[in-house]
Amino acid sequence: MTRRYSALSLLREGVNGQRGWEPAWRNPQAKARYDAIVIGGGGHGLATAYYLAKNHGLTNVALVERGWIGGGNTGRNTTVIRSNYFFPASAAFYDFSVKLYEGLSKELNYNIMFSQRGMWTLAHDRHGLEMARRSANAMLLNGIDAEFHDEPSVRARIPGLNPDPRFPILGGINQPRGGTARHDAVAWGYARAASALGVDIIQNCEVLDFIIEGGRVRGVETSLGAMRSDRVGMAVAGHSSVIAAKAGLRLPVSSYALQAFVSEPVKPCLDTVILSPATGTYLSQSDKGELVIGAGLDLYLSYAQRGSLPWMERAAAGVVELFPRFSRLRFLRQWAGIVDVVHDSTPILGPTAVDGLFINCGWGTGGFKAVPAGGWCLAHLMATGESHPLARAFGIERFETGALIDEASASGIAH
Amino acid sequence: MLLLECPYCGPRAEIEFRYGGESHIRRPGPHAEVSDAQWADYLYNRKNLKGEHRERWLHAAGCRRWFNVARNTVTHQVLAVYKMTEPCPLPDDTGAPVGDPSMTPGTAMGGAA
Repeated sequence: MTRRYSALSLLREGVNGQRGWEPAWRNPQAKARYDAIVIGGGGHGLATAYYLAKNHGLTNVALVERGWIGGGNTGRNTTVIRSNYFFPASAAFYDFSVKLYEGLSKELNYNIMFSQRGMWTLAHDRHGLEMARRSANAMLLNGIDAEFHDEPSVRARIPGLNPDPRFPILGGINQPRGGTARHDAVAWGYARAASALGVDIIQNCEVLDFIIEGGRVRGVETSLGAMRSDRVGMAVAGHSSVIAAKAGLRLPVSSYALQAFVSEPVKPCLDTVILSPATGTYLSQSDKGELVIGAGLDLYLSYAQRGSLPWMERAAAGVVELFPRFSRLRFLRQWAGIVDVVHDSTPILGPTAVDGLFINCGWGTGGFKAVPAGGWCLAHLMATGESHPLARAFGIERFETGALIDEASASGIAH
Repeated sequence: MLLLECPYCGPRAEIEFRYGGESHIRRPGPHAEVSDAQWADYLYNRKNLKGEHRERWLHAAGCRRWFNVARNTVTHQVLAVYKMTEPCPLPDDTGAPVGDPSMTPGTAMGGAA
């Protein structure tokens, strides 16, 4: 059986009629007891399971997922990876994530197609321009690559921008190390690597309740029966409040639908990622040629994985405003993911009021870029009981102490 | 897309409205006796319900008045529309009507998200 992916194994299997490939991950029976249980088979959960095994030697780990792995926001985002944040705590965390992404294909032996094609944020008015300068300076002070560009320079780097726009393009900042990756591959790569280290990935398994004894978590009741463990981590994004309520916890989270869509595929015409806060849209082009377009949040509570038409229209208008030449493109698919928005647009990563129950949520509209670091830090917390230094400022207690980290502007699309 | 029935103006499209978060949140008091935990819970924690949810809406591009909506957050079906000072006409899990009729619109808006 062929396990490792390489040019040689491709050639060998090609000659061999592709009959020797091993399934990418095992499909095990759930056991009654584990050293750690991770709830949620999205990017963050899968990365957590992988780093529990890889960094901390915990291999008797279960990952339980209600549906199928990577079927939630991990398969619904616009695949943007960046670390253009403002405050030192966020910048250090997200840049660590970008660095992990830079080595991830090799680490996982799975091509996640990380393409560092740059990430532009455009400024459309004087105030936006001032903020762009300030933002670029903050990034540089935080040790992150940032370039400020005036209008001629923006136009030279991004061909096809509207020559006479309703919202003038006065400048922008670029993070050259930002870019896009294949989101499904991130989930599948982590799943395959975690499974190879012994992690049980159990799909179609819904968590019904927590087993809590004397204020301490002792496991979970699932649709496949009870699984006991003294360490449980949850990374369930839009469903965080629903799962946390089973442990009697209330969270500062609101779940909103964030929609995206792709156009029909066309020849390569856009080689970077563009965010335009003023027009409420962001876009890039996938390797298949589709324009990947993100809209703003539908700003009312929703667990329906579909977006509303007014926001879709606004995003489409924004794209046409930026690039009139895309006005004839047809949409191919539209969808939405349910994102977990907190008041300061900073994640929640830390212990909870229930001993042994740890939480990873609050990523809002930008969880994909944080997958490796979010998994790394949740694994650290579950294995050692201590918050990772990079995530120390992200504890839920900040809502009580008032030490919020207001990243509303760096979180990308307005919410 | 939602079709909301403003109790003052009638049915209008979603784009005329602004969502104002969970309804029936009571400001804890008296102030000197409120702990940091209670205050944080009041300011930040939300039910964020999957299913039937009672929430406030503002007819921002219309009469600019606030009102309550009971809505299913999975199907987006509007179950009831009622004024800020009225209790929810639907029973909650315990069968009791939700909301305090003595709440004035002013205090009900105190916890805008």
